[in-house]
Amino acid sequence: MILQLIISSIVAGSIYALMGLAMSITYKASEIPNFAQGEMGMVSTYITFVALSSFGMSFLPALFFTLLFAFLLGVFLEFAFIRRAKNPTPLSFIIITIGFQLMLYGFAGWKWGADQRRLDLPFSETKTIIQAGDVTISELNLATVAIAILMMGGIYLLLNKTKLGLAMKASQQNEKAAQINGISTKRILAISFGISSMVGAIAGILVAPIITLDPSMMWDPLLKGFAAAVLGGMKSLVGVVIGGFMLGLIENIFGFYISIEFKSVVAFVIIVVILYFKPEGLFGKHYVRKV
Amino acid sequence: MALFEINNLTKRFGGLIAVDNLSFSIKKGEIFSIIGPNGAGKSTVFNCINGLYKPEEGSIQFKGENLIGQRPDQVAKMGIARTFQNLELFAHMTTIDNLLLGRHLHMKANLGQILGLNFRRSKAAKEEITHRRKVEEIIDFLELESARDQYVSNLPYGKQKLVELGRALALEPELILLDEPAAGLNQEEREEMVFWIQDIRDQLGVTVLLIEHNMQLVKGISDRILAISFGKKLTEGTPAEVLNHEEVIKAYLGEVV
Repeated sequence: MILQLIISSIVAGSIYALMGLAMSITYKASEIPNFAQGEMGMVSTYITFVALSSFGMSFLPALFFTLLFAFLLGVFLEFAFIRRAKNPTPLSFIIITIGFQLMLYGFAGWKWGADQRRLDLPFSETKTIIQAGDVTISELNLATVAIAILMMGGIYLLLNKTKLGLAMKASQQNEKAAQINGISTKRILAISFGISSMVGAIAGILVAPIITLDPSMMWDPLLKGFAAAVLGGMKSLVGVVIGGFMLGLIENIFGFYISIEFKSVVAFVIIVVILYFKPEGLFGKHYVRKV
Repeated sequence: MALFEINNLTKRFGGLIAVDNLSFSIKKGEIFSIIGPNGAGKSTVFNCINGLYKPEEGSIQFKGENLIGQRPDQVAKMGIARTFQNLELFAHMTTIDNLLLGRHLHMKANLGQILGLNFRRSKAAKEEITHRRKVEEIIDFLELESARDQYVSNLPYGKQKLVELGRALALEPELILLDEPAAGLNQEEREEMVFWIQDIRDQLGVTVLLIEHNMQLVKGISDRILAISFGKKLTEGTPAEVLNHEEVIKAYLGEVV
C-alpha cells in the first residue's frame, strides 16, 4: 500500500511542481507572485477542450494552439496590466493578478458555464499500464509524470543554456545593467510571463482529466503549487520541483495515516511554517540586496 | 563632423535644474572629460545620453542620429557602452558570464540555441566560439585571467571595476562612457586605470567620454575637458586651459572670502 501511496504522491507532486515552476519563472523575473496562474491554465485548458471537441482536431495540433494561446495570454497580462502599473508595490501586483484571475474566472463561467466537462486526452485514466500486486499505474499517471519531467528538463535548458535564459537571468539580477547591455527588459518580462503561462497550461491539461474540466478546477493546484514553491524556495527551480514532490508525499501520507478530511490543510500549514522559520524556502538562496 | 554632439541639454528634477542648457561635442578618437564638483550634474548627463533619464530640452546626437526618446537597450545597439560610478554588475555571475552578457547584442538566437542544442559544427557553435574568443581577448587585454571564473561579488573592488569596463568593451562600442572610473581605487589601481583608458582609445580605437572629479587623472589623459558646475558649462578646452581657469578653481576650492 505504501508503494501505491508513493506513486500517487509522485503524480500529484508532478502537477504541484509544474504549477510551482510556472509561478517561480515569473517570480524570479519580477518578484511578482502571479495568482492568475491557475485561471490562465484553466482557460488554456478550455482552448484544448474546444479544439478537440468543437473543431475535431487531434491532440497534437490542439496542444499546439493551446500553447500558442497560453503564451499570448501571458504576454497580454504583462503588456496590458503589469506594465501599466504606476510606481507599483508588491501589493499592487498581487491585486492586479488577483483581478486578472477573477476576470478569467468570470469569462470562463460566462463562455463555457460551470458544468463539469470531460477532457479526453490520448492517454486514459482507466487504462492500466502496470499492475503488480496491489500497485496500479494508469496510462494517465505515467503520462503526467513523463510530461512533467520533460517540461522540467526543458525549463532547465531554456533558463540555463540559452541566450533568452541568460537575458532573463541578467534582467533579474540587475535591470539597469541589463538594459545598458542591450537587453530590452520589458520584452524579457513579457516573454517570461508567456513561458510561465505555457507551463501552467500544461499543468491544466494534466489536471483536467483527473478532476474534470470546470472554471474552478485550478484553485487547488494553484495553491498547492504555490505551497510547493514556498516550501522549496520561490527562486530555486530545483527547489520548487523538490518542494512539489515533497508536498505530494507529505499530503498523501498525512491523508492516509492521519486524516483524509484535513489532507488539503497540510499545504497551508506548510506555507505558514516555512514562512515562519525559513522564508526563503528549503533550497532558496537568500541574497541581501545592497543599497 | 563630430561623432557625438549635445546641444542645449536641460534636465530638471522638480524645481532642481540638474543640467542647465549644456552643449558640447566630441570628435572621433578623442578622450573627452567632464569635470565638476560632486552634484554638478555629471552623472545626470550620462543618464540622459543612454536613455535612463529623459531630458526636458535639447538634443543628443550620435553619428547624426537622435538619442533622446531611445530606450537604454536601443542606445546600446547604436554603439554606446557605459560603466557606472557605483558599479552595476551581475553580482551572482562569474566574470566571464558578465562579459558574455556584454556580447548579448551581437548574439543571434537561432533554433539550435533556443532548444539548447550546440552541435559541434553548427552555426550556433561557431557563433558561440566567436563570442568566447572575443571575451577571452578582453580578459587578456585587461589582465583579468585570475578573476575569470570567479563570482563577481567575491572580487576586490578594483577588479570589479575592471570587469565592468570589460563588459562595456564586449559590446564593441564606438563610444564608451566612463562614470568615475577611478573612484574607490587606490593609487596603484588608479594609475593602471589611466593606462587602460589610453589603451582603449589607442589600441581599440574607441572614443572615450569620461566623468571624473579627480583632476590629476583627467589632466594626464584627456584631449579636451569640459568643466561644469551646478549643471552649467564653466569652460571647455585643453587640460592646461581648463585646470588653470579661474572659475574652475573657484568651483573646486570655493571662493576666497
